[in-house]
Amino acid sequence: MLPRVLSLGVRRGPLTRRPGTLRGGFSLGKVVDDRWYCGSGVRPTSGCVPFRTRNRAPHWQDSGSAWGRGYKYWEEKLSEIKKKIQSVLPGTSLHPLYDSSHLPPDHSDVVIVGGGVLGLSVAYWLKKLEKQRGALRVLVVERDLTYSQASSALSLGGIHQQFSLPENIHLSLFSASFLRNINEHLAVVDAPPLDLQFNPLGYLWLASEKDAAAMENNVKVQRQEGAKVCLMSPDQLRNKFPWINTEGVALASYGMEDEGWFDPWCLLQGLRRKVQSMGVLFCQGEVTRFVSSSDRMLTKNQKEVKLKRIYEVHVKMDNSVEYQPVECALVINAAGAWSAQIAALAGIGKGPPDTLQGTKLPVEPRKRYVYVWHCPQGPGLESPLVADTSGTYFRREGLGSNYLGGRSPTEEEEPDPENLEVDHDFFQDKVWPHLAQRVPAFETLKVQNAWAGYYDYNTFDQNGVVGPHPLVVNMFFATGFSGHGLQQAPGVGRAVAEMILEGRFQTINLDSFLFSRFYLGEKIQEDNII
Amino acid sequence: LSSPFSQSLRLVAPIGNRSTRGIHQLGGAVDPESSQKKRRTMLQYLSDHFYDVEFLRGYFLQNKMDKVHQKNRSFAHLEETHGPNNAGAFFILKQGGAVKFRDKEWIRPDKYGHFSQEFWNFSEVPVEAVDASDCAINYEGLENLHLLKELQSLSLQRCPHMDDWCLSRLYPLADSLQELSLAGCPRISERGLACLHHLQNLRRLDISNLPSVSNPGLTQILVEEMLPNCKVVGVNLAEGLKLGPEEQPQDTDRPIPA
Ligand SMILES: Cc1cc2nc3c(=O)[nH]c(=O)nc-3n(C[C@H](O)[C@H](O)[C@H](O)COP(=O)(O)OP(=O)(O)OC[C@H]3O[C@@H](n4cnc5c(N)ncnc54)[C@H](O)[C@@H]3O)c2cc1C
Repeated sequence: MLPRVLSLGVRRGPLTRRPGTLRGGFSLGKVVDDRWYCGSGVRPTSGCVPFRTRNRAPHWQDSGSAWGRGYKYWEEKLSEIKKKIQSVLPGTSLHPLYDSSHLPPDHSDVVIVGGGVLGLSVAYWLKKLEKQRGALRVLVVERDLTYSQASSALSLGGIHQQFSLPENIHLSLFSASFLRNINEHLAVVDAPPLDLQFNPLGYLWLASEKDAAAMENNVKVQRQEGAKVCLMSPDQLRNKFPWINTEGVALASYGMEDEGWFDPWCLLQGLRRKVQSMGVLFCQGEVTRFVSSSDRMLTKNQKEVKLKRIYEVHVKMDNSVEYQPVECALVINAAGAWSAQIAALAGIGKGPPDTLQGTKLPVEPRKRYVYVWHCPQGPGLESPLVADTSGTYFRREGLGSNYLGGRSPTEEEEPDPENLEVDHDFFQDKVWPHLAQRVPAFETLKVQNAWAGYYDYNTFDQNGVVGPHPLVVNMFFATGFSGHGLQQAPGVGRAVAEMILEGRFQTINLDSFLFSRFYLGEKIQEDNII
Repeated sequence: LSSPFSQSLRLVAPIGNRSTRGIHQLGGAVDPESSQKKRRTMLQYLSDHFYDVEFLRGYFLQNKMDKVHQKNRSFAHLEETHGPNNAGAFFILKQGGAVKFRDKEWIRPDKYGHFSQEFWNFSEVPVEAVDASDCAINYEGLENLHLLKELQSLSLQRCPHMDDWCLSRLYPLADSLQELSLAGCPRISERGLACLHHLQNLRRLDISNLPSVSNPGLTQILVEEMLPNCKVVGVNLAEGLKLGPEEQPQDTDRPIPA
């Protein structure tokens, strides 16, 4: 309250209408009068002097005592005091044109790189789990507030528990419960409730004879961990979904609860709204550089290791070549498909091969197409998301006989991730034949639309990377989820926050998702990725 | 010198062809408590100016939600001592709903929430009908209904916490359930109705007055297609006029005990 009251008092008076800011940093051309320019954290001292002396000079001559100096003198004195107060108060920018509130602060305890679902979820849980209200200062840096390329906005919003790894099953169950109660977790006083548009229709995975045994095993694990998944024979399948051609299908697994799809945009927006209400700062800019210090240490067997610590993040502002340095204690790498670049900025992977220093973050952008088609005779209201034996998948979209789906290309077919253009031949040659084989009604479909997005693809084992880097000790990862990052986001955010605040995973043990597995060569393969 | 931030704050829908989504979907959400909005303007004013008021209001909101959870806690521990039917029936009666054991009269709490305790003696008798109209049952509470293995008729009319997630949790009742009324539930949409396909024994389904269903006519046709053996009551397609919330037909769709 205090700063607000004071700033009201300061605001009056024509002389104080000068661009003055304590933040501001590397000006961006916004500060006109450079006598009033105060670089980050530097108190305005000499800069103010010429202005003051010049204005004051005439008054020294005309009167002797303070009382005799008259109204004008006191007015100027007052405005001077106001200026002084203003210069020591943070963030009281006086001119609406020179608003510096979009600039990042000079320092923040935690800097999160990437404002997608994963970054925002980490921010949410950090604020939620902090011991004292306002104890942590958290800044989210996102370079594109329209999210035009972010996977979070371009994804299909699917959630299911039919994974082979218990960790993934737990994460997904946690997320389902989070999403179910989203209006409690992300409630903001006076804001309208979120409408997640959840379609609880489940995933239907089909397995050929070759994969049937693995499916049976996986379902056993899923049930043990509490997921409501059932197995179906081809006969049962035909009965329930008469539009499926069961040729080549030996077994199917079908999720009964907590599975389906939702609007990812709503989750993204809801998280953003909530974290801002919790005091997380959000700024538009690109992280371009880390400044770090390093310590040399000896291991037990007398090997020297260099431990790095990032203490400053450089944020490049939009449409500008200048940047703002932000001092920080922790950096979270949640830059999705671009997180390997962020890791490289911190020097991760720069070292001799086969050493921990030389181990890169194996996450890269992989382009995935989504096609939307219309088919009046297609599957009805009950149709779940079907993941075919061929890797093709589709689901219903809305009530107007529209469907959407696609297929992950094989390694050889992998398209160039340079841009997000859609390859329509891929649908003709690689997707449609499988669709029409599985659902004969799709022979007459008409493609209406298509888009492409990037998977944050982990080339090592298609699983997430969570937790700190062993050498860059204050960089934490929340990335690499290869096509299931959206649904895992609530759980992963919590895990990272626990790691930071408590030093270990508490709710869900994600030790097997640590970075060190890349160096040790310990793959944790996930079978069920589409 | 205009701030780039003020423009980009309006999060536009991502480029491409995402015509079906966008920021407008947030506004379309249903707020069951919207009637209380007006009374809140003073509070709203206060919380705009004092952080503590905002904090307090957040606290009360949380408190209210905790109460609902408390009401919907699991009653499964009663199953061991009193049998599943009594446990399920006790849950419904505590919620303020009515239950009907086979060949018995309806048991219904009075306006103070008191109800006759004689049902504890019926532990061998199955519950065949439940009227949970206007109850605060939510997703968690539905688990207590799964105890009622011979439930034939279920009314969840105007339940404020029934949403699409809840409808995906009715499938354990599929073997016995013949009648279901969801009339007037403010949060149920066509997305949840789609998963009623699990209830293959359903003979009668009431989906009238669902304000969150975006396309009631089309939805009804699609639900009828999905459940060919079931009579679906919903919009009267012949009737052009839509009734306002005050004139909603009350009590017309009470489940008729078999
Ligand atoms: C077509 C498609 C379908 C999908 N379907 C599903 C699905 O059904 N279910 C599911 O769970 N998942 C799905 N996914 C995967 C899911 O979308 C991603 O795993 C998830 O969104 C990753 O979230 P993120 O926050 O890490 O990444 P993003 O949303 O990509 O966020 C990363 C952000 O970091 C920003 N950034 C990058 N570099 C910098 C920098 N230097 N400075 C500042 N900011 C930077 C980017 O602008 C970006 O906004 C799908 C993905 C695609 C492409």
